[in-house]
Amino acid sequence: MYAATATAILVTMALALTRALLGPTIYDRVLAVNMFGTKTVLLLSVIAFLNGRPDFLDLALAYALINFIGVLAVLKFVQDYTMRHSGEERGQ
Amino acid sequence: MTAGLALDIGSWVLMLAGSFFVFVGGVGALRMPDFYTRMHAASLTDTLGTILILSGVILQAGLTLAAIKLAAIMVFLLLTCPTAAYALANAARLSGLSPRPEQTPGKD
Amino acid sequence: MVVIVFEIFLLTLLVITAVGIVRSRDLFSAVMLLGLFSLQIAVIFFILDAADVALTEAAVGAGVSTVLLLGALALTSDREARPKGRRLLALGVASITALILIYASFDQPRLGDPQAPVHQHVAPWYLEQTPKQIDVPNVVTAILASFRGYDTLGELFVIFTAGIGVLFLLADGSGRGARSQLPSAEAQGLRHHLIPRVVGALLVPFIVLFGLYVQFHGDFGPGGGFQAGALVSAGVILYALIEGEASALRVLSFRALAGMIAAGALLYTGVGLAGILRGSQFLDYSVLLADPIAGQHLGIILIELGVGLTVTGVLLTIFHAFAARAQKR
Repeated sequence: MYAATATAILVTMALALTRALLGPTIYDRVLAVNMFGTKTVLLLSVIAFLNGRPDFLDLALAYALINFIGVLAVLKFVQDYTMRHSGEERGQ
Repeated sequence: MTAGLALDIGSWVLMLAGSFFVFVGGVGALRMPDFYTRMHAASLTDTLGTILILSGVILQAGLTLAAIKLAAIMVFLLLTCPTAAYALANAARLSGLSPRPEQTPGKD
Repeated sequence: MVVIVFEIFLLTLLVITAVGIVRSRDLFSAVMLLGLFSLQIAVIFFILDAADVALTEAAVGAGVSTVLLLGALALTSDREARPKGRRLLALGVASITALILIYASFDQPRLGDPQAPVHQHVAPWYLEQTPKQIDVPNVVTAILASFRGYDTLGELFVIFTAGIGVLFLLADGSGRGARSQLPSAEAQGLRHHLIPRVVGALLVPFIVLFGLYVQFHGDFGPGGGFQAGALVSAGVILYALIEGEASALRVLSFRALAGMIAAGALLYTGVGLAGILRGSQFLDYSVLLADPIAGQHLGIILIELGVGLTVTGVLLTIFHAFAARAQKR
């Protein structure tokens, strides 16, 4: 049963990767990375039990805590960018 | 024994339902027409899939340290995922990406 | 068995991501794809049961490296410059290297082969000696911190040097105080966004607490100074993103960070020298206390603390150096 769940998560990861490669805007890529991060947490939790190593859950915990920092950094980056180049558009 | 079986079935149902939502979210993120609808699909199913799958695994873990860690993971994900979605939507809006599909520039 | 299939699937995704990174001319996309790459490789390490490495990849790749790469991007253009000439030569060199590496891989033992040389000589010795000499449950920590203490000291000084190098490149000699007091709107961070502010204030303590757990739990589970340093700096970077760099510098100033970098390296070296002073060799912790095993435990805790201090200091210094430089533009 863990294997079935892990397979579904892996397929979703592949879909997210496709979205990241297709774009078209940079925000689609950020979205894909963020999605991929959540899926990674789920996959790590499931595989920790599939392999019978529940003491390795620390890794999933680390991702759950700090994975969104990257997205906040993107928001800060875009905010600074628009402030610096006000008038110029960035949404490609 | 039957209690154990009921627990197993419960956790399987939760994990399968979670897998379904996760997969649907992936399809939505790939197939929806523009950025904001894609984000909607991804972030909503992320939250539901997380709750279902992690609850399923918690049922399997029983009352152990692992279950507490999984619960903590769930709480943190439920806090961080919507925050990330908020930040992302804000960044896209700030950069002038329009929420109306017919005005969105770019190919697909 | 099914895990092997997952592994192959992830490796395929990894190759696709790598090709995507190389082919993308938009550096912002490349940074995002690098984030994906890091996530995938962490899962692959995890499936291979290499939890310590996977935790390092997670701690660095999830937050810190994206933030630092975006900081670098803010200083340059976000388009990759077209390479000039010599492309065929580069292609030739790369292909020949790849062929040699593939040829060399034929000599490698199959994954998990019990007859592989590493399972015949080195690994059994470590597994046998760790309970006798050091007695910590996590053999990786025993090898990293004690048996191969020299290597880890070397790694620590690599990080130390990298931090100093970045400071030399980015610092502008205008004085630290002036930089941290820039009244620009950019220094405000994301303070006017209520949701990240509330969630961030909630999570920063947990991130730092988890970092400390990883720091001091490294003897028992995956973790240690490197991972803890990256986690703690991720917490401080989160604070800096939300409240602005100036607020983060009020908590940990440049001077304090420089102190942490030096103190960590000094602590590690000092523990090594203490071994000499007490009549044994450099980095031999057994003589630190009367009981050799207690001495090993003390030595490992101290050098991991040194590693954690230096890594935190270097990562945060690099982050602030990028941010200060971007604000000057």
